[in-house]
Amino acid sequence: MINFLSMNGYGVYVFSAFVFTMVSFLGLYLIVRYQLKKEKQKFAEKFGKLKLDKVSVANKQKINKEILSASIFSKI
Amino acid sequence: MNFFNQSKIFSFINKYHNLILVFFLAVLSLGLIEALIISPEDYLQGHSVRIMYVHVPSAWISLGIFSSMAFLSILVFIFKNKNLVIITKSLAPSGFIFTLIALVTGSIWGKPTWGTWWAWDARITTMLILCLFYLMYLLAWRIFENKDSVVKITSLITIIGAFNIPIIKFSVDWWSTLHQPSSIKILSDSKIHESMLVPLIIMTAAFALFSLLIFLMKYNTELIKIKNKGLDRL
Repeated sequence: MINFLSMNGYGVYVFSAFVFTMVSFLGLYLIVRYQLKKEKQKFAEKFGKLKLDKVSVANKQKINKEILSASIFSKI
Repeated sequence: MNFFNQSKIFSFINKYHNLILVFFLAVLSLGLIEALIISPEDYLQGHSVRIMYVHVPSAWISLGIFSSMAFLSILVFIFKNKNLVIITKSLAPSGFIFTLIALVTGSIWGKPTWGTWWAWDARITTMLILCLFYLMYLLAWRIFENKDSVVKITSLITIIGAFNIPIIKFSVDWWSTLHQPSSIKILSDSKIHESMLVPLIIMTAAFALFSLLIFLMKYNTELIKIKNKGLDRL
């Protein structure tokens, strides 16, 4: 295990490169996921505040229904 | 915006997001095992060659994404299609991150290989310029409020930045550089052994899946933002 981690002295370079890559992936994924969740929540709140007549207009667009159902049931 | 059906795309992304994520993690795990354990060390560089398995795929994908963004931007100028604008905008964040990863991992690899963290080598400098173009693109979306202006400005940024792409690619052939020439060729025999080529391809596939995942999530976010504005107008 120690040999694997040290990699003949190159371990610190190899693992820091891999760790930086994985941390960057995780960071970007979390940021984009947060942005998506925030917009879904905003949509659900705005939709909830619409008056009845405007709800029927909004419901005519299929994508609005998709976004609303995703906002309620999504785990993203 | 009827390039393709938005509600179907939204539904597809929502349905298959977790599947793509799981597939990405599976391919990445396989790639990491190959890259860190199974693949051999280099006879000259020793184990530091393993950095190649994160550095090279990142560079390839960042170049690929920027080239796609530039192509899409030309189509935006011609066809004025708003969906193409959303697609281009959704590609940018992962492209930027991959450029950053390529620069940082390249710097880390440079220390044991060349004895320096940084050199104003042609390849490295042009990659830094690419990173700046990505940054300008992302910042332009935040700075400019007028929608028509921002689309024109960001499209111009990608089209001008695209001239840098062949310079990055051929810099190692045109100039005597610190950075090694390409080992992997499409039209002729590659100089890399398959014991290193296989993990490289697996890691490239994993990184491509990651950029797909981010693109799909970002695309959905942009769609919802537009629909939010639509609700405001009702």
